[in-house]
Amino acid sequence: MSWLTPDINFKIISPELIILIVALLVLILEPLLKGRSKNILPHISWIGVALALVSVITLWNREELGFNQMFILDNFSCFFKIIFLSGTLLVILSSISYLKEEKIFHGEYFSLILFATFGMMLMASSLNLIVIFLGLEIMSLCLYILAGFRRYDLKSNESSMKYFLIGAFASGFLLYGIAMLYGATNSTNLKEILIFTQGFENPLFLFIGLGLILVGLGFKIASFPFHMWVPDVYEGAPTPITAFISSGPKAAGFSALLRILLFAFGSLHIDWSFVLWILAVLTMSFGNVIALSQTNIKRLLAYSSIAHAGYVLVALVAGGDSGISSAMFYLLAYTFMNIGAFIIIIFLGEKKVNLDDYSGLVTKYPILGITLALFMFSLAGFPPTSGFMAKFYVFSSAIKSGYTGLAIIGVLNSFVSVYYYLRVVVIMFMRAPVDEVQKVPIPFFLGLALLFSVWGTLHLGILPQSFLTLAQNSIFSPF
Amino acid sequence: MITLNHYLALASILFCIGIYGVLTRRNAISVLMSIELMFNAANINFIAFSKFITPVFLTGQVFAVFVITIAAAEATVALAIVILIYRHHKEINVDKINFLKW
Repeated sequence: MSWLTPDINFKIISPELIILIVALLVLILEPLLKGRSKNILPHISWIGVALALVSVITLWNREELGFNQMFILDNFSCFFKIIFLSGTLLVILSSISYLKEEKIFHGEYFSLILFATFGMMLMASSLNLIVIFLGLEIMSLCLYILAGFRRYDLKSNESSMKYFLIGAFASGFLLYGIAMLYGATNSTNLKEILIFTQGFENPLFLFIGLGLILVGLGFKIASFPFHMWVPDVYEGAPTPITAFISSGPKAAGFSALLRILLFAFGSLHIDWSFVLWILAVLTMSFGNVIALSQTNIKRLLAYSSIAHAGYVLVALVAGGDSGISSAMFYLLAYTFMNIGAFIIIIFLGEKKVNLDDYSGLVTKYPILGITLALFMFSLAGFPPTSGFMAKFYVFSSAIKSGYTGLAIIGVLNSFVSVYYYLRVVVIMFMRAPVDEVQKVPIPFFLGLALLFSVWGTLHLGILPQSFLTLAQNSIFSPF
Repeated sequence: MITLNHYLALASILFCIGIYGVLTRRNAISVLMSIELMFNAANINFIAFSKFITPVFLTGQVFAVFVITIAAAEATVALAIVILIYRHHKEINVDKINFLKW
């Protein structure tokens, strides 16, 4: 046996290192700072995230492998890191005032969010199933704790426990699937698995393994038969964490799924695309139909996030260059519009989550009412917002690959979804306000986050070309 | 002579016991223990494949060590959550902790 010299390249993991160092710094400073000086912790965190975003952008257009092929830096991973980091930035900015209101302003909150982001970034930029699994667990463990962060609240406790039990159950499936894949292909490296799957004979183990991995990741992205946890966890978790769970971890799950399915198993596209076709149809239809009857806005957005996972699955079924790039564009657009909608729910607080509480919102807070309407239009897929462009690219990539039926089902589904998104708008604009509670000014950082997500939603909708070119330049070479 | 198939059979039986436990047990701690069984089933697979298929490379064994570490971390988080729930409810029966419903 020979000793390998360690293949260390700090340059290619610099965004991850920044996030890790800032997370540890916040964790160390938490007990050292007393009283009001703790207020700097969120600012340290978001500045760290912004620095990491800058360092991701400087690493654009480089293709390097490091750490004995455990880690890969390519445009695909950079694009996903931009999604995760902008989601994290929005969540940190918008949770400052929320945490003070709920009296849970602790530094651990920010360091846990940063650690979770670190896990997602590892997942997106790995070519090895070991690191994908490690990243997934780092992310999930932080999220389990964050979901129960309102310790005194029974709903938050329950959401944390449900999330944990179902998440760990799913990890068990994923792990067993990876073990089967390792047995079938003698490797956990996706490149070697790719070489293996191009051969003529594929053992049964390979398909068992792939199926179990689909189950495991299906839980994380909330696709149809594995979605039961979503509404309960979204309702019980603190609202900023709900926004976080619905954007970053979902995108991270999709990044792993894209790498595994379209890179390592690209040559077996015919075998798995049929399964995914069924999953996509069921996920879209189920999410949209159940959302029609919801009265709690957090649950409504939970079912809508299930439906949106279905739309991204359509892009996965389509496959090929346009499928990958449209899935990435969709996830970026979804991050801005979804977190944007949640920012308004964060502002209104944990007690006003019923749809009736939103009646007449626009007369009380005109800006919030109009922006929430914008995000609802975007989620429903109206032009000129990002939701329309994202859906347009996903469905056109499906038609390009010959899945016209799937695209038609998708379009019909977005018609169904218009009903419940517009219901929120109607309640806000057409009904009289219920209570005469004093108006609260919008906190500065929450307003900043809101502005950022409005910019993202409109920019991706009106001038999508720049980001679409970015997504098209960042696909890995598929089959 | 114990072959690879014996180990795989053992692992799949353990995995199925784990799934059965998660689906039928109502005590949160028992569910957690069943999940650990699933993880360990995967570990047995990793080590068996590593020994019989790729004896030169240690990928499978290293993966098993990582999984053990993660399982320990996960148990810590889980027990913390269970203790939190017990403080509020005096109860860790999964069926009875059920406020979130539509």
